[in-house]
Amino acid sequence: MGNYFNENREFLLKFINIDEVISELENGFNDNGPESLNSVEEAWEWYGMLLDNAGKIATDFIWPRAESVDKSGARFKDGDVEWADGTKENMDVLADAGLMGGTLEKKYGGLHLPIVINNVIIEMISQADASLMNLFGLQDIAVTIQKFGTEEQKNRVLPKFASGEVSGAMSLTEPDSGSDLQTVKLRGIEKDGKWYLNGVKHFITNGGGDVHLVLARTEEDQNDGRGLSMMLYEKDENLIVRRIEEKLGIHGSPTCELQYNMAECELVGKRRFGLIKYMMSLLNGARLATSAQALGIAQAAFEEAVKYSNERIQFGKKIVNFPAVYQMLNRMEVEIETSRLLLYNAALAVDEHEMFEKRAARGEIVRPELKKAATLSNFLTPLGKFVCTELSNSIAYDSLQIHGGVGYIKDFPIERLYRDARITNIYEGTTQLQVVAAIGAVTSGFFFYLISDTLDINISSLNDEKEQILGFVNEMEDITGRVKELDSKEFLDFVANYLIEMASVVYRLALYLPVAEKFPEKRKLFKFFLTDSKGKSAYLISRITALIENYGSEIGMLKDNFLNN
Amino acid sequence: MKKIIVMVKQVPDTANVTGDSMKEDGTVNRAALPAIFNPEDLNALEMALEIKGLTGAEVTIITMGPPKAVDILKHSLYMGADKVYLISDRKFAGSDTLATSYVLSEAIRYLGKFDLYLAGRQAIDGDTAQVGPQVAEKLGLNIVSYVRNLVEIKNENIVVEKDSDVLTEVISAWVPLLMTITSDANEPRYPNSINMLKYFRSELESNISDKDKIRYKKNGWAIPVLTFDDLGLDPDKCGLNGSPTKVHKIKSIVLKGGDLTLFENNEGGVMGLVKEIVKDYSGKN
Repeated sequence: MGNYFNENREFLLKFINIDEVISELENGFNDNGPESLNSVEEAWEWYGMLLDNAGKIATDFIWPRAESVDKSGARFKDGDVEWADGTKENMDVLADAGLMGGTLEKKYGGLHLPIVINNVIIEMISQADASLMNLFGLQDIAVTIQKFGTEEQKNRVLPKFASGEVSGAMSLTEPDSGSDLQTVKLRGIEKDGKWYLNGVKHFITNGGGDVHLVLARTEEDQNDGRGLSMMLYEKDENLIVRRIEEKLGIHGSPTCELQYNMAECELVGKRRFGLIKYMMSLLNGARLATSAQALGIAQAAFEEAVKYSNERIQFGKKIVNFPAVYQMLNRMEVEIETSRLLLYNAALAVDEHEMFEKRAARGEIVRPELKKAATLSNFLTPLGKFVCTELSNSIAYDSLQIHGGVGYIKDFPIERLYRDARITNIYEGTTQLQVVAAIGAVTSGFFFYLISDTLDINISSLNDEKEQILGFVNEMEDITGRVKELDSKEFLDFVANYLIEMASVVYRLALYLPVAEKFPEKRKLFKFFLTDSKGKSAYLISRITALIENYGSEIGMLKDNFLNN
Repeated sequence: MKKIIVMVKQVPDTANVTGDSMKEDGTVNRAALPAIFNPEDLNALEMALEIKGLTGAEVTIITMGPPKAVDILKHSLYMGADKVYLISDRKFAGSDTLATSYVLSEAIRYLGKFDLYLAGRQAIDGDTAQVGPQVAEKLGLNIVSYVRNLVEIKNENIVVEKDSDVLTEVISAWVPLLMTITSDANEPRYPNSINMLKYFRSELESNISDKDKIRYKKNGWAIPVLTFDDLGLDPDKCGLNGSPTKVHKIKSIVLKGGDLTLFENNEGGVMGLVKEIVKDYSGKN
């Protein structure tokens, strides 16, 4: 009987300030009634209860079922999808506990939580069973309907999401349109005032779900992203699940190939805005959720590593005593904790962006704030995904390594965690695309403005450490300047992941500084991170420098060996 | 099936007994033990909520205890109960099962007639399993104890499985009826988020300031407290006066573990284990 909502998660939440966001979500605490919150303190009391409850469900109910869910997986049966028994039980328990409508408004039966809080729930559920997050987290499509749908659509669909009566699918990718969604071919056809979907989608998570948001080409004459609209489809006999994929991991989550046969649907929002506006908004939410999923897997892998290294005795002692082992454990702990803080900040940025959007819609003058929040959330969301999903993989890798041979067989959970982690840095935008999305903030200088803002705090006991971080920032600014001087897009793209890696390290250091300042017991961890970062930063800089010196704008020559004629 | 009442109790968590769980005088050191919802009462509550799901019945919860017992009433609300009452008075202190069942049965009488009366089989502190049957006796109700499964509900008829040591009886009974429920009956549900939102500010009526009273009542946050006077009870039947059970003596027993022998996972180890078992059973080496 444990609880994933432990001190580690709770105390970090105190380092982000979501009071303003809460106030906005709760209508300035001006409502009366049994379900209205009247102060920030009340909100936190309720959130604490929710998180505690979700943590218990994850620990006591979901985790014990994860192995059997992985083993049996979702199945393809009679032209439809059947969830694993454990998955069904998990979804029922989560629905009964009222956790399905996390960020939906209360009038639709939702909880209207800040994204930050909902993401903690997603992280804990993923720690217990990563594949469940794909179904639980897909309730996010309801948020997109809430944002862009008509009142009629919202009233019809959203309460069913909040109660867990329906599950959703985000129907975007096609065989030839993966990362590049502009080329989507599935047709949205208007006939006698009604809309129909015709065509094929593939790699659709929970494709057998009841409510789909489908990206469809409604403008025949327009071949790019501007010809795409977002359609709301509710499952009927005109959808065929053609097959489900056999995957490396997340077996509980069915990945489907779908065929829509002139299936009646509805337009959501305006024509032509499907990809450029609505799907981008949907994807940002999905990216945060995927980051939380990855972090949850990392946490589970870390805990398994600590447990096993304290059980396994070799050469007469527990293997945790060997430097080679505790070196890995230290890195895991530091990476997880600092990345969690980064993810909380990314989610906060999205929360704030939405808060200012609502204020602007009410006619308040918040243009500069809105613009800053947009830039920040568009930077931190991909940065968070870059960091969390890559570390999820490397931590699962090291944890399996610590397990040795038994980690490679199915007797221990790490084997599943290792497989489950592998998708996180691929779907909802690969790591490489996250770099593309984030690099602009570094080259434009926004990142350096952000970091000096973050470090603009009074520090009494860790001044040397603060100076060291400022030193990293200067070095990073220098090397970024040298890259920009080359004025070669090819070169910038080549080293962009190194720059983003540095940005992630420097930013996490800056975020963690006040934590270490306030809690002396966290200084050991901070110091290890600082030590590690020093090496990493120097390595990345020298690598980029050497690339500038040896190749510069001629970097494109490195692809020549691989080009087939 | 319109109205169900469930009797619940807050108990010290005897599953986590530590060295300082008992005081020197042999009484339970409540401060050292966390107070929890009596486990089988949760099963009774869960069954009530399942029946509510099937029939739309209203679920009322009562508990007799100190003000702190409000915690399990709030938990009942989070799980989906409709109404909760605390039965509390200093005059109830020291009640044994007879006095407790007297107070509870009078409280139920005060609240009106119900179709179904549920309680956990027994509490983990006293382990008597007497209160449920005694309440049935006092209210003149039929009783099915040790219910391990709800089979069917049809209008006024209910079919359940009752646990006996060697067999399971399937019983069909008519309401009004009292049943005591065992832990096999179901898995108690987790608290519901919206219910938590609705009720986390709930307070005992007696603790709410006059200024807040109207708002608390309007929002359903006021938990009524029924006292000795409210129920018009007989003082000779309550608390210590009404409790013929007297504890003669309490002994503190420390359980000692025997010697532990470890056997290696190899042939020699297995041989050693076999020898040990033979010795245990035959007394021979």
